[in-house]
Amino acid sequence: MIKAILVFNNSAKPRLIKFFEYYPEEIQQQIVRETYHLVSKRDENVCNFLEGGSLIGGNDYRLIYRHYATLYFIFCVDSSESELGILDLIQVFVETLDKCFENVCELDLIFHADKVHYILQELCLGGMVLETSMNEIVARIEEQSKLEKQEAGISAAPAKAMTALKEMNLPQKIKDIKLPDLNLNLRF
Amino acid sequence: MSTTMDQVVKKAKDSFGQMFDKSLHDLVRGIRNHKDDESKYINEAIDEIKQELKQENMAVKANAVNKLTYLQMLGYDISWSAFNIIEVMSSNKFTFKRIGYLAASQCFHEGTDVLMLTTNMIRKDLNSASMYEVGLAMSGLSCFINGDLARDLANDIMRLMTSGKAYVRKRAVLLLYKVFLNNPDALKPAFPRLKEKLEDPDPGVQAAAVNVICELARRNPKNYLALAPIFFRLMTTSTNNWVLIKIIKLFGALTPLEPRLGKKLIEPLTNLIHSTSAMSLLYECINTILAVLVSISSGLPNHNASIQLCVQKLRILIEDSDQNLKYLGLLAMSKILQTHPKSVQAHNDLIMQCLDDKDESIRLRALDLLSGMVSKKTLMDIIRKLMVHMHKAEGSHYRDELLSKIIEVCSQSDYTHIANFEWYISILVELTRLEGTKHGSLISLQLLDVAVRVESIREFACNQMAVLLENSHVFLLGSNSSSVAEVLYAAAWICGEFTSNLKDPQKTLESMLNTKITLFPGHIQSVYYQNILKIITYIITTSDNNDTTAKNLISMSIDKMSLFLSSDDVEAQERASVILNILKVVLKLIEKSEFNLNELNVLFDGILNPVAGKAQRKVVVPNGLDLDAWINDPPSESEDESVPTNQYYENKNTTQNLFSNNDNKEDYYHSSNLSSYPGDGSGYTQSKTYAEPSTEEIEKQRETRKQSEKVNPYYLKGSTQTKLIQKTDASPISSNTNDQSQTKTSTGAFPANLQLSLSDQLYRQSKIDEENRRLKKKSKTDNGSSKKGKKSTKKSDSTTVDEVDEDLYPIIKVTRGGELPEGVTESGNEDNENDEPSGKNKKYDPHQALKNINFDEKPVQIVPPPIVQKPEPVEKLPTTTEKPKKKKKTVGKEEKPSSSSSLKVKHKRERSDYKELSSPADIEDKRVVSPAPPPPPPAPTTTASPVVPTEEKPKKKKTKEKKSATTDNKTSEPLLLDIMSDDIMSGNSSNEQYNEENVYKLAAQSDNLIIESSVIPSSSTAQLDVTFLLKNCTSSIIDHIGINVIDSMSSKLLNTTSKNEISFPSISLFPHSQNYIHIYFAITAISFPQKLKTTLTYSIHKSSNENQTETIEFKLDLPCSQFLRKKTLNSNAFADLMSSGTLTSQSHISIPSSSQDFSSIIKTICQSYRLTVVDQINSAASLYSESILGHPVALLFKSSNSQNGISINGKSSETHFLSNLMEEIKSFLK
Repeated sequence: MIKAILVFNNSAKPRLIKFFEYYPEEIQQQIVRETYHLVSKRDENVCNFLEGGSLIGGNDYRLIYRHYATLYFIFCVDSSESELGILDLIQVFVETLDKCFENVCELDLIFHADKVHYILQELCLGGMVLETSMNEIVARIEEQSKLEKQEAGISAAPAKAMTALKEMNLPQKIKDIKLPDLNLNLRF
Repeated sequence: MSTTMDQVVKKAKDSFGQMFDKSLHDLVRGIRNHKDDESKYINEAIDEIKQELKQENMAVKANAVNKLTYLQMLGYDISWSAFNIIEVMSSNKFTFKRIGYLAASQCFHEGTDVLMLTTNMIRKDLNSASMYEVGLAMSGLSCFINGDLARDLANDIMRLMTSGKAYVRKRAVLLLYKVFLNNPDALKPAFPRLKEKLEDPDPGVQAAAVNVICELARRNPKNYLALAPIFFRLMTTSTNNWVLIKIIKLFGALTPLEPRLGKKLIEPLTNLIHSTSAMSLLYECINTILAVLVSISSGLPNHNASIQLCVQKLRILIEDSDQNLKYLGLLAMSKILQTHPKSVQAHNDLIMQCLDDKDESIRLRALDLLSGMVSKKTLMDIIRKLMVHMHKAEGSHYRDELLSKIIEVCSQSDYTHIANFEWYISILVELTRLEGTKHGSLISLQLLDVAVRVESIREFACNQMAVLLENSHVFLLGSNSSSVAEVLYAAAWICGEFTSNLKDPQKTLESMLNTKITLFPGHIQSVYYQNILKIITYIITTSDNNDTTAKNLISMSIDKMSLFLSSDDVEAQERASVILNILKVVLKLIEKSEFNLNELNVLFDGILNPVAGKAQRKVVVPNGLDLDAWINDPPSESEDESVPTNQYYENKNTTQNLFSNNDNKEDYYHSSNLSSYPGDGSGYTQSKTYAEPSTEEIEKQRETRKQSEKVNPYYLKGSTQTKLIQKTDASPISSNTNDQSQTKTSTGAFPANLQLSLSDQLYRQSKIDEENRRLKKKSKTDNGSSKKGKKSTKKSDSTTVDEVDEDLYPIIKVTRGGELPEGVTESGNEDNENDEPSGKNKKYDPHQALKNINFDEKPVQIVPPPIVQKPEPVEKLPTTTEKPKKKKKTVGKEEKPSSSSSLKVKHKRERSDYKELSSPADIEDKRVVSPAPPPPPPAPTTTASPVVPTEEKPKKKKTKEKKSATTDNKTSEPLLLDIMSDDIMSGNSSNEQYNEENVYKLAAQSDNLIIESSVIPSSSTAQLDVTFLLKNCTSSIIDHIGINVIDSMSSKLLNTTSKNEISFPSISLFPHSQNYIHIYFAITAISFPQKLKTTLTYSIHKSSNENQTETIEFKLDLPCSQFLRKKTLNSNAFADLMSSGTLTSQSHISIPSSSQDFSSIIKTICQSYRLTVVDQINSAASLYSESILGHPVALLFKSSNSQNGISINGKSSETHFLSNLMEEIKSFLK
């Protein structure tokens, strides 16, 4: 089971928090901070597993993480999950984000936190892996976006224009998340 | 002017902002632009959101909720908007619904109270035509499902499992697991359909089903063994690696239950290992093969091939450049290590390499492996490498880890692997030079332990320690003096205790006296002072009665010692002053030439032995000693400050190394807070006033102290002989001589100026020795084997090589284990539970409930929820016409409520444990209290106590008489029951006992508390055991329960804490729970029924700081029948008794008519009055029993055929008792 999925940046700012078990908001923030302290001091070329210890869950739980450019993707899982499998799942998640946002960067996650959640909802449900095929996930997400567009119809046009207007003075998005190739040979 | 302008602009902006509501995008941007006053900005935004939520427009609301979801991520509590979230969830538009469900899944949880409003809405969404809406509902539900939703929506979710869309089906399957967690009853009916999904045409659904079953099987593997064939087929056919990994993991959990399965698995798994290119799959295959091999370990020796394959593959993983594979490889290696250490040892080189890895996690993993790999042969090399690492290691965490690992490796299984203790001591000494380590006390304890246990090392150790003492200033100046200085504790003690081994005691003494001891922590000071006296004693003893030397020595010491009186540690100061005074007395005596050496010597006479860690707990608590009771008045809270030294000793006591010395009482004196010695008390006041006690007085005090120790049950008497256990029985002479010569050379190598010996020197030395011995040995075995001829097979060859290696090492005496009180063995883990913090494993686990569902069980009719019965024994009885089968059923029914009442006790106990963990005051209590279990305390009688019924439960299970535990609504009960049966099962119960008792009658009742009582006579003594069942009707905690019973002429309350009163400090009642308390009465007369005036006091914790004390007064009813105890008598003895004429008193009653038939009346009577049937024919029965004072009672029941009337004749040796009893029976039968 996956107990929690955290995404935060190099300065511990949360970008996505998904707990599959209830924790009050303060504890959630505390977990994010502590996890950040654990992973941020690790070198780039060390293994991606951490024994979470008392952080969440206890001894049976491990933190499995990947670091892409400015973002850390952390999955907290118990021993029923395969470590390498989860590493691959993170890769699937990030690749899906990359596809949905067309060259994903941190800003996409900042301004579309809701959309990131929707993508995650296609990936796992209640802490269990739901779908591991990127194409399937992308297809479903696109269909749902289409649904939303239909509903919005003409009425959303002015709002769209507003958003476009507001976005104009945004600094140019930095497309900086690079996806390293997996050398695990774990393609599904 | 400008301000007004600003205001106008602001107003305009505000209205503008309201027109164009702030989107999530704007909010995020705003937060980013207000880095300095982020919280202020957000609070403003929240106010805006609150306004937006009030609007009717759903789009505005949804937008507001969407923003809240973002703020929730930043740590803001948004639960106040729960109702608005539900509004948005109920929107018809997918866009808004999505926003609503997302917000709900992020902030709702099973405790959210508005959830009960959502049931119908969610049901509607689950039944929606759009699969995406269904998906939304299921995603949301998976996050906030609770027991009610799980129960109400289970059928809808079940139906979705058959949906035409795989998108819906796989979600439904996964969601089902959450349903099971929240409503375990759903598991059994849903399981067949879940099983079908394993063969779903869609691989995603299949994977989901595998996933769910794997999770279920982790909780309770045995239910899923039956699915093994399906999984086996899936494993060989599936190509989905996710599914394969899950299945292989599942098999890993199943094999321990079914070794045959394991044997079957090895082949396909081996094939997979060879064929797969996915590392994750390979790794899981290896893991499961290892699990298989463990489960069938001893059976088949020919699995070496599999082990070899695993080790080979793991080696490939470890050698890989990918750190993740390396890490996992080491992790799996450690699993092999547990069962096949030899296979791992072969890869020693690789693991040593990993110690150099730049990744700390990998280094730590490698370290873990090392401890399992050491042998006599490899230990020194490994430790040497570790020492090198230690010096290069960065980061104190890793260095400390290394240090403790070194000590762990060396000391494991009583230093089995150490061949050269000189080397080990020097390693320990080198470790003290580490800057910044926090393991000073660990090193110190090791030094002490080795010096005490290994006699032959003492000389070397003493002289090394002397060097440390000489250089003690190093520890004062070092930045980390506090921790490493702990070594001086060991150094001072070793030098003092084994002074005879010191080369130059005078010099050591001087260096000790010249140190600025007062700068050290108190406990180190204390040890210094004590051992200074020891060394002085030794020097005087060995100085051939040369008074002048002694005089000079003592006067010098007195000079120095007086400085130490200024120590700011109470304990140390006191010791300094005691020792100073002793020295002064000695000096006076020497001057008068009256000094007798032995008087001083006797202070430190005797041999010191290691005491086993469990020794203290093994001391039997003598009869009549109540460890819970205060000996003196409890201290007021302000006196709670504890002296640091005490704490130190307590720490020490928890470790394995407990020492006791025959005559050296200090440790004991400090660590014991239970006993008070008159001798010590007076000594204390004396030293405070600096009065000079005469030697006679000291002697006298010592005598009294010895006396009190003899009587004192807590004192561990050290026996005078040391138990020395030889490592091997027959030690070859050659190696013994080697040993001696080696000791000589090593001590000889260090000149008298006492330098610290380097472990490296010793390492080289011992390597040379080893080589020499090997050569010698070789020539010997060569001779031997040539005589033997070529008989030996290959296998025996390899073993002889090992033996030869073992022989190479000198045999050193190591005192293993420790002493225990007489008649106690060290075995038995029964009190291990005391060591662990009990809270952790008892923590409530939501998965627990799933463990208790058994698919093999046949669903039986639903048993009504357990109510603690108010017995109507007549109803319980089956009529004679009933068939035995039916009778069994009734027993089952009876058993249910009774077991549940005991269950609650267990439940309580858990909770009270939890409470004890949380409140420091209670922990304090626990320390003093004996390990006797909390309520209900086992009754000292063998007759049924309230606990007994639970013993029945597991038995019933075994005999397949399974009752509908799972169909019961109270799902937590079977789970608790399982824990219960482990705890309390004692095996010697019988059905008869079960049937006999457990009848609770209402004794008293108030608004807050219901008291029920049950009386059980003792089987051997004139005692009654009264059990009160207390039920808390409030929603507050009730504790401080005390009971006061006024003694009557013939009954007396036992075990009182004060007059007529017993308090139960360890019992507390949680809201709406119940618990038992036991009291005992000594009975001196039985003639008349008793009504004892009883007062029960308790306090209710209304709120955190408000306690309300209340009392309930009631009469405890003890009718004469309660004085009867069960006694069986065969008919011959009964006839003898009747004819003997001892039963002088007689009584007769008749009951005109009865609604019941005769035999059921007899049964009821027997049960209610603890009578046994001696003989029974159709219309007559003779019954027998005995009072607790031993009066026989014989009753003859006859049915007068006319109108079901019954006549009873009674005989006994006690007239009043008999007539009262008969009256009782009469009123009972009417």
